[in-house]
Amino acid sequence: MNPALQALITITVGVGGCVGYFWLSNLVLDRVLFPARGPQAGRNITRANMIRPWLFLFPALVALAVYLAYPVVATAWLSLHRDAGGAREFAGLDNYARMMAEPKFWESMRNNLLWLVVVPALSTAFGLLAAQLTDRIGWGNLAKSLIFMPMAISFVGASVIWKLIYDARPAGQDQIGILNALYLWAGGDAPQQWLQIPFWNSLFLMAVLVWIQAGFAMVILSAALRAIPEETVEAAILDGANPLQIFFRIKVPQIRGTIVVVWTTITITVLKVFDIVLAMTNGQWETQVLANYMYDKFFRAFDVGVGSAAAMVIMALVTPILVWNVRNARREMQ
Amino acid sequence: MDGIAGRKPALTWAVHLSVALLVALWVLPTLGLFVSSFRTGDQIATSGWWRALGAQEQQLNPIRVKGQEVARDGAFVIEGTLFDAPGATVSRWGTSSREPAAHAPGDTVDLGEGQTLRVDADGAYVLTATASTAGTRLPRVFATATTPPQFTLDNYANVLFSPLAGQSVGQAFLNTLTVAIPATVIPILIAAFAAYALAWMEFPGRALLVAAVVGLLVVPLQLALIPLLDLHNRLGIGKGYLGIWLAHTGFGLPLAIYLLRNYMVGLPRDIIECARVDGATEFQIFTRIILPLSFPALASFAIFQFLWTWNDLLVALVFLGTGNDQQVLTGNLVNLMGSRGGDWEILATSAFVSIFVPLVVFFSMQRFLVRGLLAGSVK
Repeated sequence: MNPALQALITITVGVGGCVGYFWLSNLVLDRVLFPARGPQAGRNITRANMIRPWLFLFPALVALAVYLAYPVVATAWLSLHRDAGGAREFAGLDNYARMMAEPKFWESMRNNLLWLVVVPALSTAFGLLAAQLTDRIGWGNLAKSLIFMPMAISFVGASVIWKLIYDARPAGQDQIGILNALYLWAGGDAPQQWLQIPFWNSLFLMAVLVWIQAGFAMVILSAALRAIPEETVEAAILDGANPLQIFFRIKVPQIRGTIVVVWTTITITVLKVFDIVLAMTNGQWETQVLANYMYDKFFRAFDVGVGSAAAMVIMALVTPILVWNVRNARREMQ
Repeated sequence: MDGIAGRKPALTWAVHLSVALLVALWVLPTLGLFVSSFRTGDQIATSGWWRALGAQEQQLNPIRVKGQEVARDGAFVIEGTLFDAPGATVSRWGTSSREPAAHAPGDTVDLGEGQTLRVDADGAYVLTATASTAGTRLPRVFATATTPPQFTLDNYANVLFSPLAGQSVGQAFLNTLTVAIPATVIPILIAAFAAYALAWMEFPGRALLVAAVVGLLVVPLQLALIPLLDLHNRLGIGKGYLGIWLAHTGFGLPLAIYLLRNYMVGLPRDIIECARVDGATEFQIFTRIILPLSFPALASFAIFQFLWTWNDLLVALVFLGTGNDQQVLTGNLVNLMGSRGGDWEILATSAFVSIFVPLVVFFSMQRFLVRGLLAGSVK
């Protein structure tokens, strides 16, 4: 069957099915199970109202349970088992031990930690700078739009864009990568293969993510900066504070909460970063990261045990943020 | 509020300049790719895209002399030109790959066996031979020429309609649409009902469920790959569109519920209370009042989900097959980077085809996108 036709049918069946489910289940509840008439009308309405929320929630809960909650448990289970001729056999921490014995794993950990420090810090810093500066000029909104734009570009598309920047031609030819062109123009001796220089190449990969994420940071921080009460800034100006002091001593402390939110959101993105590394270096030249390491184990080495162990490491790194988010959400609910 | 500081002209200029620099840094990479996608492969390979508007001196691929032979003054003459379009200027030329720049334009060179060749600066050549050259291999011309900037749409025609990495980018484009649209539409409705229940219905365990949704928001989908693929295989869904639609629906739900609930909680209580007093059922309240009022939040989420499913690589690699009728744009692009890594005209054009739709969505619906981002992260 033609996939486009299949898609159309899926949309119709999916949406129609959802609407039908909600409509029918409500109808059954109100008319058949607990009709709001007769001698027990009052009791029936109360009962129907107790059940209704679960009717509304049911499809979402099933999807969340199957597609997010179950896999966490299943991956944890897989990481503790080994493949024994088709069946799974309990292996204790064997998978983790094998993973820890691999230099590639430690390389991924090191790189991931570097990513975790550099990308959120630079994205937030650039975002804050752009937010503060664009708020003060006439064409600020246009500038914001343009800085925000990379957010719409896929990681793979961004990788192609930046690969052209890092391109290197043999010495003597015209360079087509702008970085090498600038490097030679500034007096560099020979064109460099930027993506093949260990340590620095990781930084060049991070530049791609910073480029994508800075716009996100800017949009959110800009809204927070605008929400700062003007009196605090005016008072500081009257007291003779200079623009830098106003920014760092008055404004930044007041948006600290937002900065933390931006920072953690980007941190989560960083932990999952996969496409950029896969497309640009595929983990060669010491650029491996956890998500790509895991993908390697799952789909190239077909080692489900170690792959699951690596996935659990990513989960463990995310958990502090998860707990912190949940606690914040609960505090707000009260 | 920054007026006092901003009034200093020097400072104002510094701000304008810094913003201009930032914008340039953020736009130039994409611009480079965009410009490259309209240049010929030869030009991309020999000069940087930032010089695309200037004339370029480069050594051309060898061009074989061809044309109608005419007998004139007892000799056989072939006349023609090296260039299809006017404007190029030959600076040096030669007839062998060892000495591609041996002669100046206008020189008449003896090729031996009674043949002479002259190439002029404008690319016109005259081959004169004492015997007919019919049936023999004619000489090749190696020219170094300054060519005017050339822009072409051939790359797009080539990339869209001819199979490069097993399939054409046009086909991958359709596949991506097939993935993205149902994966955007289906979660919205499911999430909207759940969000309404979590925002406006009283029931035990509500706070716990909200907390769970917030928690699931950050669960890395990497964990889901193997168990779900396994599950799909056992259920008989296997690798295919149905599987990826379901997967994207599941992965998108936490954000959808979270965004929509935050928005719905902020709707005025009076409207809902009044409707309840007037005897509207919850189902009616939801479809007649809540859904229309929540349009901005629905739009925000739809944009997020569309961009995410369009741009996704990992989920597509795992849950879709690799056949021509299933590979999406991102997967196609990764393959091209592997197999055609040096052919920038193909890479740049394919990449631009793949980022074109998200850019259009982005610029036309930026308002909703920003609103959604703010609702999703600032509290």
